[in-house]
Amino acid sequence: MPKDEFQARDFKIVGTRPLRPDGIDKVTGKARYGADVTAPGMLWGAVLRSPHAHARIVSIDTSAAEAMKGVKAVITRADFTYQPDDPGLADVLDNCMAGEKARYDGHAVAAVAATSKKIAHDALDAIKVEYEVLAHVTDVDEAMKPDAPVIEAGRQQENVPAGLSENVTSRSKYGHGDPEAGFSQADLVIERSFTTAATHQGYIEPHACLATLGADGQGDLWVCTQGHYMVRNTCAGLLGLDAGMLRVTASEIGGGFGGKTHVWIEPVALMLSRKAGKPVKLVMSRDEVFRATGPTASSSIDVKIGMKKDGTITGATATYRLQAGAYPGAIAFLSAMCGFAPYDLENVRTEGFEVMTNRPKAAAYRAPGAPMAAYPVESVIDELCQKLDLDPLETRLKNAADEGTKSAYGPTYPAIGLKATLKAAQSHPHWTAPLGENQGRGVACGFWFNFGGDTCVSLMVNPDGTVSLSEGNPDIGGSRASMSMMAAEELGVPLDQVRTIIADTASLGQNEVTDGSRVTFAVGLATIKAARHAIEIMKERAAMTWGIDPEAVDWHDGAAHPAGPNAGKFPPMTIKEIAAIASNTGGPIAGHHEVNAEGAGVSFATHMVDTEVDPETGAVKVLRYTVFQDAGKAVHPDYVEGQFQGGAAQGIGWAINEEYIYGEDGRLQNPGFLDYRVPVASDLPMIEPVILEIPNPGHPYGVRGVGETSIVPPLAAIANAVSRAAGVRLTSLPMSPPRVLAALKGQ
Amino acid sequence: MRFETPTTVDEAVRLLSDDPEARILAGGTDLLVRLRARQVAPSAVIDVKRIAEMTVITREEGGWRIGAAVPSAEMNEMSDLCADWPGVMEAADLIGSTQIQGRATMAGNLCNASPAADSVPAMVAAGAVARIAGPSGTRDVAVEDIPTGPGQTSLKPGELITSIFLPVKPAMSGDAYLRFIPRTEMDIAVVGVGVHVTLDDQGKISAARVALGAVAPTVILSQSCADALIGTPGDDAALDALAAAATEEATPIDDKRGTVAFRKDIAGVLARRTAKIAIARAKGDA
Ligand SMILES: Cc1cc2nc3c(=O)[nH]c(=O)nc-3n(C[C@H](O)[C@H](O)[C@H](O)COP(=O)(O)OP(=O)(O)OC[C@H]3O[C@@H](n4cnc5c(N)ncnc54)[C@H](O)[C@@H]3O)c2cc1C
Repeated sequence: MPKDEFQARDFKIVGTRPLRPDGIDKVTGKARYGADVTAPGMLWGAVLRSPHAHARIVSIDTSAAEAMKGVKAVITRADFTYQPDDPGLADVLDNCMAGEKARYDGHAVAAVAATSKKIAHDALDAIKVEYEVLAHVTDVDEAMKPDAPVIEAGRQQENVPAGLSENVTSRSKYGHGDPEAGFSQADLVIERSFTTAATHQGYIEPHACLATLGADGQGDLWVCTQGHYMVRNTCAGLLGLDAGMLRVTASEIGGGFGGKTHVWIEPVALMLSRKAGKPVKLVMSRDEVFRATGPTASSSIDVKIGMKKDGTITGATATYRLQAGAYPGAIAFLSAMCGFAPYDLENVRTEGFEVMTNRPKAAAYRAPGAPMAAYPVESVIDELCQKLDLDPLETRLKNAADEGTKSAYGPTYPAIGLKATLKAAQSHPHWTAPLGENQGRGVACGFWFNFGGDTCVSLMVNPDGTVSLSEGNPDIGGSRASMSMMAAEELGVPLDQVRTIIADTASLGQNEVTDGSRVTFAVGLATIKAARHAIEIMKERAAMTWGIDPEAVDWHDGAAHPAGPNAGKFPPMTIKEIAAIASNTGGPIAGHHEVNAEGAGVSFATHMVDTEVDPETGAVKVLRYTVFQDAGKAVHPDYVEGQFQGGAAQGIGWAINEEYIYGEDGRLQNPGFLDYRVPVASDLPMIEPVILEIPNPGHPYGVRGVGETSIVPPLAAIANAVSRAAGVRLTSLPMSPPRVLAALKGQ
Repeated sequence: MRFETPTTVDEAVRLLSDDPEARILAGGTDLLVRLRARQVAPSAVIDVKRIAEMTVITREEGGWRIGAAVPSAEMNEMSDLCADWPGVMEAADLIGSTQIQGRATMAGNLCNASPAADSVPAMVAAGAVARIAGPSGTRDVAVEDIPTGPGQTSLKPGELITSIFLPVKPAMSGDAYLRFIPRTEMDIAVVGVGVHVTLDDQGKISAARVALGAVAPTVILSQSCADALIGTPGDDAALDALAAAATEEATPIDDKRGTVAFRKDIAGVLARRTAKIAIARAKGDA
C-alpha cells in the first residue's frame, strides 16, 4: 500500500466533537457487557484455581463434585484431548487449564458447570486436588540466577548467553555505533539500576463469556474481548474446531488496555458447554482477574548514558530484564526497541531478556514494554540535566529524533512529531508556572510504534439512503463514533445518517485485535476506502440513470454531480435518490474494503507534571499534569483527549501506588482494588491534553494511533518530578509513601 | 440461610440466642462483602434496621445516644452532633464512599473488629460507651473494651450492641481524627489517630485521650501519649513528645499496607497533626 496516502483537505465532520453514540446506553445500564446475556437452559461455570505458586498436580478427584445435584459437567486438563501442535497455542492451553503443573497462584486446575452459581462454587469445594509443592520464584532477578527453580526446562533459545537460568528464554539486541567510544567523549556518564513493579490494566469489567458448543462442532460465543477473531481462532485451535463453525460475538467492553487480547476462560466455557450439552456462562471475579489474567511484566533495568556539557548524548546503553510470568514471554524486546526511540543517537545499544517466573503470564498493557523502557532512560537524562545544569526540554530537543533519523531500533523515521511536542511544552504556561515548597516538576518523552494489520470493513447503503457500517474491532476507545465520522466525511452525508456496529466473526473477514493503537488508523483507512468503493458504485448508478459515462460523474456533498462536458446538464442525484432506485439500477449498493494496513505512523509524546512530596509521610500529590502528543489527525478530539488523559492516569497509578505484591509463599497478596491501588478521581488533577497534528503520510486523513503512547512518559515524568521535589533520585516503582519516606531518610 | 427482621431488641436477642450461627446485619458493608466472598456462611442473618430504638439518635444527659443501626451519613447530617464531636463524625464520614456511608454504622465498624476501623479510635478518644443487650439484660461497656483482636469481640453469645453513647462534651474540649492512606479516598488506614483534649482556664491541657489505630491488633488507648500533652499548652515541645510517644507505643506489623518502621513513623506524624486540630478546636479556633 502506498505510504503517501495523505491528502490535505478541509474537514466538515472529522475534527468535531459530536455526542458519543454509545453514551446513553452505557450510562442508563442498557449496554450489554460480557456478563449481561443469558440463554435458555444456561448453566453457571466456575473455575478451581491453584493456591500454590508452583506445584506438581499429582491427582484430581472430581467424583464428589460430579455426584452433586445440579452439577452438569466437571472438567480438567484431561478433557482437552486435542493437542495443538503450535508451541504458542500449547502454552495458551496450559495457561487456560494447567497440565502437569500449576505454575502460579491462581492457575486454573479444574472447572465446573452447574445449575446455579452457588452449586458451582460448592462443587469446586468438593474437588480434591493433590499437589506436590515445588520451590518457586516470583522475582525477575532471582529467576535469572543459575540455581533458580526452573519453571519449564527446554525453552531457552540459543541467543541466551551461558550462565543464566533456563528461565531466561531469549535475549534480543538492538542499536548501532559504539557506546563505549561515545562514553569516552562524554563530560558526564551516569549509570543506574531501576526496578518497576508488575501492574494490572485494571479494567473495570472482569472477563465474561457465554458459550454454546454442540456435539456437531458448531458453536457460539458471546464474550468481552478486544478481539473476537483472535478468540475464535485461538479457541478453534485449542479445541480442534473448524474456525468457520464457531461464531464469536463481542460484547460491549468495559476496558481492556491490552489485557483482553488473550483467552483464559473462553476455551474452558466452550469445553464445559460441550460436555454438559448446555450453554455455559463463565464470569471471573475480581480476585480471579488479578491472579489469573495477564498483568504487565515487572522489570529490572540498567541504563548508562554519556552526555557532553552542551547536552549532546554521546553514548547510551540499556539492559532490560522483564518478568514474563509462567510461559516464555515477548515483551523485553519491545522495551529494548523503545527505550531510546525518541533520540537521534550515534552510539546506542540495548538488550532485552525475557524471563519466566511463577506468576501469571504477562499480557499486553498499553504500549507493552515501552513505559518501563522510557522510565530509566528519561530518569538518567533528567539526572544528567540536573548535574550539568541543563534545561531538560532544551536538552531533549537537542537530541530529538526527526524525519530522516535512524532510530535506535533500526528503521529511519518519516515525518514525526516529537520536536513539535517538545516545542509545545516549552511554550505552554505550565513550563514557567512557579513551584512551591516540596514541589518539583518533571518532564519526559515517550514513543510507541503503532500498528495496522488485517482489517475488513463493509459499508451498506440502505434503501432509504442511510448507511450501515460494519467493522470487526471491539470499540474500546470510541471507534464506532470515529468510523461513522470518517464514513460521513467521505460520503458527504450528515453524521446521523451513519450507524456503525461491531459485526460478529461470521459477518466480516478476519480482523486483528483492537490493539497497537491500530483501529482508528487501520479500520479508519478501510472505512474511507469502503466509502470510496460505495461512491464509485453510486456514481455508476447515477451515470446509468443519466445515460452518461461514469468517469464524467463527480461525487461531493453526498450527491453525484454530472461533471466535465455534462456539468449542469442534470440535477445532482443525492445518496437517497440513488438508493431509492438501486433495485432498478443493478441491485443493493455496498462498499467494502479488506486490507493488511501498513503505514501506521509512529507516535511521540512529551509529558509535564508537578508533584508535591510530604516530607513527613512520603506521600506524593500530583498537582498539575499536561500531555503533549501528536495525533496525526484527531478524528474526534474528545476521544483523543480521553486517551491522553487515560494513559496519564494509568501511568500515575503505575508510578505512585500500583503494584503486584507477592508473599514469601509466592501468593498474590493484593488481588483486589482495595490494596491494588489504582488512582481514584480525587488522586488526580485535571489532566490537560494538548493535541498536535503532524499528519501521518500513511493515512488518507493523516491519522495516527493515539491509544498507547500516552502511558509511556508518565512513569518517568513523575519520577523526575518526585526526585526533584524530594531532592533524591528515586529508582524504584511504585513511589509509594514507605519507599519515598525511606529515600528521604536516606535509607 | 434465613433472613430475620425483628422489630424489637428482645426479639433480636432471642433470635441470636437461639442460633449461635446467626449474624447481625446492620449496614451490611462488611457482612455482605464477606458473604459474597464465601468467607462466612451464617445460618441466619438478623437485620436490625427495623428495630425502632436502634435507628434513632437521642439526647441523653447532655450527650448523644446513637442507635446502632444509624448510618454514618445520617449522623453527619446532624449539625449539633457534628459540632460536639467533629472528630468522631469525620472519622465515620471517612468510611468508604458516599454510597457506603449511606449504610455503614459505627457499631458495625466496631463489631467487625478490624484493627484499621476508622471510627473506633475516634470513639475511644471521645470516651464513647457501647450499650449491649443480651439474654441476661443490658450492660454498658467502654468502646475500647469491645474488640479483643482482629475480627474478635468481647460480646457474649446472644449479645448485640443497641447503641453507642457519646458523653456530654466537656467545656473547652475538642476532638479530631486523622488517618493515613496512600490514596486520597477509598482506602484502609495504614495508621489512624483519634485525639480528645480538654483545656483548663489557663489554656493548659487538663485531660487528654489519644487512641492509635492500625498499629496493633486492637486500638491502643495510650497513656504515655496523653501524658505528653497533659499539663502543657500543647506547644511544639509537647507535640514532639506526643509524636515520640506515639511512635514508641505503636506495635505494628509488616504487611502489604506498610512496614513496621513506616507505620511507627507515621503514628508520630499523625498524632502531632491530629492533636493540633483537637487543640485548636478546644480553643474554639477551628
Ligand atoms: C467499599 C468499602 C469501603 C470501606 N471503607 C472503609 C473505611 O474507609 N474505613 C473503615 O473503617 N471501614 C471501611 N469499610 C468497612 C465497613 O464499611 C465499615 O466497617 C462499616 O462501619 C461497617 O458497618 P456496617 O453497619 O455496614 O456493618 P455490618 O456489615 O452490618 O456488620 C459488620 C459486623 O459487625 C456485626 N454487627 C453489626 N452491627 C452489630 C451490632 N449492633 N451488634 C453486634 N454485632 C454487630 C455484624 O454481624 C458483622 O459481623 C469499607 C467497606 C466497603 C465495602
